[in-house]
Amino acid sequence: MSTATAPADERLAPAGAVRRLLGRPELGAVVGAAAVFVFFSFAADSFLRASSLSTVLYSASTIGIMAVPVALLMIGGEFDLSAGVMVTTSALFSSMFSYQLTANVWVGVGVSLLVTLALGFFNGFMLTRTKLPSFIITLGTFLMLTGLNLGLTKLISGGVSTKAIGDMEGFPSAQALFASQWDVGGVTLKVTILWWLALVAVATWILLRTRAGNWIFAVGGNDAAARAVGVPVVRTRIGLYMGVALCAWISGQHILFSYDVVQSGEGVGNEFLYIIAAVIGGCLMTGGYGSAVGSAVGAFIFGMTSNGIVYAQWNPDWFKFFLGAMLLLATLLNAWVRRRAEERR
Amino acid sequence: MTALVKLTGVSKFYGNVRALEGVSLEVSAGEITCVLGDNGAGKSTLIKIVAGLHQHDAGSFEIEGEETVLANPRAALDRGIATVHQDLAVVPLMPVWRNFFLGSEPTTGRGPFRRMDVSFMRRTTRAELLRMGIDLRDVDQPIGTLSGGERQCVAIARAVYFGAKVLVLDEPTAALGVKQSGVVLKYVAAARDAGLGVVLITHNPHHAHLVGDRFVLLKRGVMAGSHTRDSITLDELTRQMAGGSELDELSHELARVAQSPQGTPPAPAAPPGSADRTRRDDTPR
Repeated sequence: MSTATAPADERLAPAGAVRRLLGRPELGAVVGAAAVFVFFSFAADSFLRASSLSTVLYSASTIGIMAVPVALLMIGGEFDLSAGVMVTTSALFSSMFSYQLTANVWVGVGVSLLVTLALGFFNGFMLTRTKLPSFIITLGTFLMLTGLNLGLTKLISGGVSTKAIGDMEGFPSAQALFASQWDVGGVTLKVTILWWLALVAVATWILLRTRAGNWIFAVGGNDAAARAVGVPVVRTRIGLYMGVALCAWISGQHILFSYDVVQSGEGVGNEFLYIIAAVIGGCLMTGGYGSAVGSAVGAFIFGMTSNGIVYAQWNPDWFKFFLGAMLLLATLLNAWVRRRAEERR
Repeated sequence: MTALVKLTGVSKFYGNVRALEGVSLEVSAGEITCVLGDNGAGKSTLIKIVAGLHQHDAGSFEIEGEETVLANPRAALDRGIATVHQDLAVVPLMPVWRNFFLGSEPTTGRGPFRRMDVSFMRRTTRAELLRMGIDLRDVDQPIGTLSGGERQCVAIARAVYFGAKVLVLDEPTAALGVKQSGVVLKYVAAARDAGLGVVLITHNPHHAHLVGDRFVLLKRGVMAGSHTRDSITLDELTRQMAGGSELDELSHELARVAQSPQGTPPAPAAPPGSADRTRRDDTPR
C-alpha cells in the first residue's frame, strides 16, 4: 500500500471553504433559523428576553432529543412513526412498574429502558425480516402502542393517568438526572438542554467519524451497494431503531420526573414533529444525506415558532399552519441550496 | 498450478426456473476469463454465485482447490473474491474516500474512542487512484459526480487495494463510450498484470477478445462453448456470441424484408437455396 502524501491540487479553487459551507446539509436550516429569529424579534417584543430564550430552548430540547435519532434513522433511509407514543410508553412503564411493585423508582427506570429498547429492536427486526416499508411496520407499532398505553393504564391504574410516584424512594435522584433545572443569571435552564446537546455531539461524532456512521450513510444511500461491500445492513438498521428507542426512554423519563404522573394519551402526533425537525435540518426523505446538527437547528426553529406565536400574542390555533408553511419553505430552500452546491462542484 | 476459482457443472434453480445449468469455468492468477452471453443467458446468476450473493444448487465451486459454498458477499471478500457489480456498489451521495473504504474502514483509537482513520483514508484514496492514473481533484466530492468510467476505475482500484485475488467485473464497459471503455479495459489488463485472476462478464465480443485468455459462452442458462484465446478468432467469437446460425437466418430475413416493400409476403420465386427456409417460415408453427 502506498501512503505517499499527494500534493494539494492546483485545480482546487482556494474558495473551497465557501463551497464546503454551501455543501453542508444544515445550511438551509441555519438560514431558515436566522430568518425566523429575526422575524419574531420584530413581531414579538418579549421574544428577545432571556427568559423567553430559555423557554424556547427548553421547548426545542424536548423535540430535539428525539429529532437526533430520528434524523440518524432518516439518513439510514427509514421512518419511525411509533417514536411519539414510544416516549409515553416508556414513561408509563417506568411509573407503573415502580408503583405496582412499590420498588425504588430506579428499578422502573431500568426495566423501562430494557422494554423500550426491545420495542426499538422489534421495529428494526420486523423491518429487516419482512422487508416491508418502514411506514407500514412502524404505523402498526404506533397503533398498537397507542392502544396498549390507554388499555393497560386503565386496567392497572384505573384511570387514564398513572398514580403519583413523587413520594417514592429514589424519586429525587432520578428527578435530578432527568428533570432538574438551574437558575443561571435569572434564566432557568433545564437539564434536557444538556441531554440534547450531548446527544447532538455524540450523534455527530458517530456519523462523521466512526465506521457505524459510514454504514448509516451507505445503508440509506444505496443499501444494495452497502450489502455488496460487506456492510452489516441488518445490524445497522436495527441499531438505528434501538437508538430511537434509547432517546424515547430519555424523553419518557423526563416527562415522568417533570411531574410525577403520566397521561396515557400523550405523545400521539409528536412523531411528525421529530420528522419535521429532521427534514428542516436537511435530512433527505429518501435517505443517505443529512446531519444531527441540522436536526438540532430544526428543533430550534420549532421551539422559536411555537413560543414566538405566543409571545406575539397571536391566536395559537395558527401554530400548525405556520409549522406546515415552514416545513414546505425549509424543504424548498434545502433543495435549492443543495442544487447550487452540486452545480458548483 | 491450481486455478484460483474453478466452477464445475454449476447449476442454479429459482423454483422451477432453470437460471443456470452445468456451467464450468476457471480462472488462474494473471489470467482473464471472459463470460459472454446475451441478455437472460445467466451471466448475472453466475456472477451472484461467485460473489456469494446466491448459493449454487448443484455442481462444485472450488476456491484454490478447496470446495466451497459462500454464505454471503463478506465470505467471498474474505476469500479474496472482489466483485464490481454493474451498479458498481457505490453510494452516489457519499464522498469518494468514504466509498473507497466502505465496509472495510480502518480505525484508530480504542474502546468508545475507536474511530475511522480519516486522514489515512483520504490520503490513501488519493494515492491509490493516482497510481491507477486517475487524478482526482477532490476526494471529498460525492462519487456520483464522477463519470461512469472513473467510477468503474474507483471500484477496481478499491478491489485491488483490498488485496483481491480474483476480480469479478460485471459488464464494466456496458454503459461507456469508446474512449472510456478503453480506459477501463486498460485497468482490467493492469489488474491482470498485477497477478490477479479476472472474470470479465460482457456481451461485447470485441472487448472480450482484446483482453481475454479464456472465453465461456452462455446461452439460455447453459454453456454454449468454452474456448482459449489461441483456439478462436474474433470473428468466430462474434459469430457464436451473436448466435451463429441464428445470425445467418436473421440476415436472410432482413434481406427478404428489404426485397419485399411494404410488408407484402415474400415473392414466390425465392432465390435458389433458400426455398427450404422460406417455406418453413411461412407455415404456422
